Amino acid sequence: MSEEVQAFTLDGVEVPFEKGQTVLQAALAAGRHIPHLCYHPEFRPHGSCKLCTVEVGGSHATSCTLPARAGMKVESETAELNAERRMIVQLLFVEGNHFCPSCEKSGHCKLQAVAYDLGMTNPRFDHFFPDRPVDASHPDLLLDFNRCILCELCVRASAEVDGKRVFALGGRGMGKHLLVNSPSGLLRDSTAAATDKAVEVCPVGVILRKRVGFATPLGARRFDERPISEQALDYAPRPPATGGG
Amino acid sequence: MNTNTPSEAAIEAAVQAALRAWPPDPTHTLQVLRETQERLGWLPEAALARVAASLGVSIATVRGVVAFYSFLYAEPMGEYRVLFSDNVTDRMRGSEDRLREVCQKLWVEPGKVSEDGLVSVDRTSSIGMCDHAPSLLVNGRPVGDVDARRAEEICDLILARTPLDQWPREFFAVEDLVRRSDVLLDDPLRPGEAVRSALERAETAGSGPQAVLDEIKSARLLGRGGAGFTTGVKWESCGRQPVTPRVVVCNADEGEPGTFKDRLLLGRRADLVLEGMTVAAYAIGATQGFIYLRGEYRHLLDHLLATIERRRRDGLLGSSICGRAGFDFEVRIHVGAGSYVCGEASALVESLEGRRGIPRNRPPRLAEKGYLQRPTIVNNVESYCAAALIVRHGAEWFRASGTERSCGTKLLSVSGDCERPGIYEYPFGVTVRQVLDDAGARDTIAVQVGGPSGVCIGQDEFDRRIGFEDIETGGSFMVFDSSRDLFEVARHFAHFFAHESCGFCTPCRVGTSLLRNLMDKIRDGKGSQHDLVTIEELGRLLRRASHCGLGESASRPLLDTLARFRPAYERRLESSAVEPAFDLDGALARARRMTGRDDAGAHIGEGP
Repeated sequence: MSEEVQAFTLDGVEVPFEKGQTVLQAALAAGRHIPHLCYHPEFRPHGSCKLCTVEVGGSHATSCTLPARAGMKVESETAELNAERRMIVQLLFVEGNHFCPSCEKSGHCKLQAVAYDLGMTNPRFDHFFPDRPVDASHPDLLLDFNRCILCELCVRASAEVDGKRVFALGGRGMGKHLLVNSPSGLLRDSTAAATDKAVEVCPVGVILRKRVGFATPLGARRFDERPISEQALDYAPRPPATGGG
Repeated sequence: MNTNTPSEAAIEAAVQAALRAWPPDPTHTLQVLRETQERLGWLPEAALARVAASLGVSIATVRGVVAFYSFLYAEPMGEYRVLFSDNVTDRMRGSEDRLREVCQKLWVEPGKVSEDGLVSVDRTSSIGMCDHAPSLLVNGRPVGDVDARRAEEICDLILARTPLDQWPREFFAVEDLVRRSDVLLDDPLRPGEAVRSALERAETAGSGPQAVLDEIKSARLLGRGGAGFTTGVKWESCGRQPVTPRVVVCNADEGEPGTFKDRLLLGRRADLVLEGMTVAAYAIGATQGFIYLRGEYRHLLDHLLATIERRRRDGLLGSSICGRAGFDFEVRIHVGAGSYVCGEASALVESLEGRRGIPRNRPPRLAEKGYLQRPTIVNNVESYCAAALIVRHGAEWFRASGTERSCGTKLLSVSGDCERPGIYEYPFGVTVRQVLDDAGARDTIAVQVGGPSGVCIGQDEFDRRIGFEDIETGGSFMVFDSSRDLFEVARHFAHFFAHESCGFCTPCRVGTSLLRNLMDKIRDGKGSQHDLVTIEELGRLLRRASHCGLGESASRPLLDTLARFRPAYERRLESSAVEPAFDLDGALARARRMTGRDDAGAHIGEGP
C-alpha cells in the first residue's frame, strides 16, 4: 500500500506530502502552521485571503492552492512575509467594522487570532467604516455583516455540504458583499437553519446562533488557551462533516 | 416617481425574447440579462426573478451577477443613457468640462437619473475611442470627438426626445485612423485563404494539424495581449488534452485604457480574426468557438454576426469546413457588460459561463480545463490575425520582421498629446522616440506604454524599444506633454483600478481603494512623506500577493511615477514627516480646559 513518501522543505525543514495535497494542506497535516483565513480543512482551498502567501523560488505563491512538489523549497516564517501578512490582516480590519471587545466571537475568532499571532498592534490604515446593516430577521440566527471578511466559506459550505445555496456574493471591489438567497434578501425568508454547516464554518462573527451568547466565558476560549499557530494539526485536511456542531 | 418601470407584460416579453436567442442554461445568465436589459433599459427585480427561474439559478446568484457588471442596472435608468468615457486621455481633451455642461443643460447630476426619467449621465472606464477623445456612449452607441458644440447638440436631441436612429449619422461614425500600416494591416488575405493553407500544409507535411502547430511555433508568435506567452506552445498543450470538445476563444475584451486596435481589427478585418480562430480550431481539434466582445463594442456585434453568417454560407464555418469531413467549427459571440478584469483569460472564461468575472486559481490551466472544464485556448484578437497570416505565408515570412525574440509587427494605439493619434503598425523593436516622432508628439515628458497596467517612462527612456525583450505591451501608448501633471495621471489610474478590482483577494480589494484614498488625500494637500512610504509598501504588497494580473499591476502607475516623477508628489505634501488625521494640540486644549492645567507638561513638545 505504502507509496514512496515525497517531501518538500518548509523553512528548511522537510514536510512530507500525499499526492494531490497543496503546500498548506501538507504543512498543516505535518503540524506546521502557515497563517490562513479563507482555508478550511474540510473544503477545497479557495485562495482569496492571501494570508498563506509563501515564497518559492524567489516568487510569491498562495500556499493553499499551490500543489506540493517534491524538492520544493518553501519559505514562510520570514520577517518579510510576516510583515506582508500583518498588512493583509490590517486591510481586513479597516475594511469592515471590527470591535473585538463587544464581539461574541472574541477568542474564537480566527481573524483576531491571526492578528495576535502576527503581532498586529494597530490597524495602521484609515478605517473605511462601511455601512452594513445587520440581518436579525431569522428566529435562530443573526447575521452581522460588519465582521465579514469575504472568505466565502459560508457560500461554499451551504452549496457543497448543506445543499442549500443560502449565500452568494454581490458587488465587486470594495463593494463586494455577502448576499442571502431569498426573494426579500432576508435570512428569515431563506432555507437557512441553525444546524447548517454554513453557520459553523464562519471564521469570524458574522453568522451567529441566537441565545447562546458568551456561553464560554472570555478568557477560556479556543484561542485564549493557545495561539492559533500552535493549533496547526486541527486544521489538517479532513473529509467534510455535516453541520450541527 | 420613476416613469421607466416596465409593465409585467413588457418584462415577460423581454425575457422571452432573450431566451429565444439564448436557450435556458445557466451559462447564458449574463447574456440573457444583457439582452433583457437591451429591451427594458434596466433590470427590475421581477425580471431578475423571471431570469433566475427560467435558467435554474438562484435569485441571489442573478443579483450577484448584475451587481458585478457595470453595464447591468438593477435601478431605473434614463431613457437616454449617456456614459462619458473616463480615460485620462478623455480628461486631457476636456471630458470633465463636457460632462459638466451636459449635466447642467439636462438638469441631472452625474451618476443620477433626471427627475422625469428622460436621461441619466455618468462616467465609465475607457470605451476604446481614445483616438476620438473625448467620447461617450449613448444607449451603447459610441459618439466621438465630443466638443462643446457636439455636446450641446446631443443635449438638444435628447431634450427633443429624438430617437437615436434619427440623430445625425456622423455622430456615430467611428473613423479608424490608420497612420502606419505594415504586413498585418496591408495583407489582402481573402476569406478562406488561410484555412485552405492550413489544410494544404497538413497534407503536404503528412502530419495533419501538427503541421500547423509546427508553423506557428516556428514563427515564434507571442501573444499580442501583452503577456507574451508563446502561442504555439499554448495551442499544442491544449490540442494534446485527451478531452473533447475543445474550445477556441477570442479575447475581444479590449479593456486596457488607451488601446483601441482591436476595435479596428474587429471592424475592418473581422474575416482575418475569424480566419485565425478557424485555423486554431483545426490545429487543436476544437469544434466550439467564442468571441468575447467587450460591452463597449456592442456596436460591432451586428457586423461580426453578419461576417460569421457569411462565412458559414461560404463553407468556412459550421460543419465540414472547406468540404473537409470532420472539420466542424462554430463561433458564438458573448457580449461583456463592463468589467475590465474580464480581459484576464480565466475571468473571461468565468464570464463566458455566465458568472461573475473572477479570475480562477491555477492550476489547472485553461488549456487543460477551461470553458466548462474543456481544454480551451484564449488568445487576443491580434494574435489570431497574426496566426492566420503565418499559416498563409509561412513562419519564415513572419520572422522577417521584428527582432530575434519578438517576431512580426505590433499594432500600437497612440493617443494623448500628439498631432496624429491613431493606429500605428510597426515591426517589433521600434523605439518609443520613433513612435513619438511619427505621431507628431512635441515636448513629451512621459509615455504610458501598455496602459495603466503597463509602464510609465520618462524622457531619458525614449530610446527604449517596443518588444518582449524591453517594453512588453498590448499596444496602448498614451503620450503626455509638459503641460500635464503626472501625479494627476497616476491618481486617475488609482481610481480606475479601485473601480475595476473584482474584490476576490484581500490585497487588491482593499489595497486599491486605500491607494485611491491616499492619492486623493495627497491631492487635497493633506499628504505627508509617510503617505508616500505607505503607497510604496501597499504597492509592493499588491505586486506580490494579488490573485491576478490586475492586482499585480494596479500599483505600477503609482510606483513608476513615484520613482520617476517624485517632485510631482512632493510639492503637494503639507509636511515632510507624518501628517496625523487629527490635531493633537487641539485635542490637548480641551483636556487643559477640563483639568485647569496650563503648565509646560500639558503642551506638545514643551515638556520638562
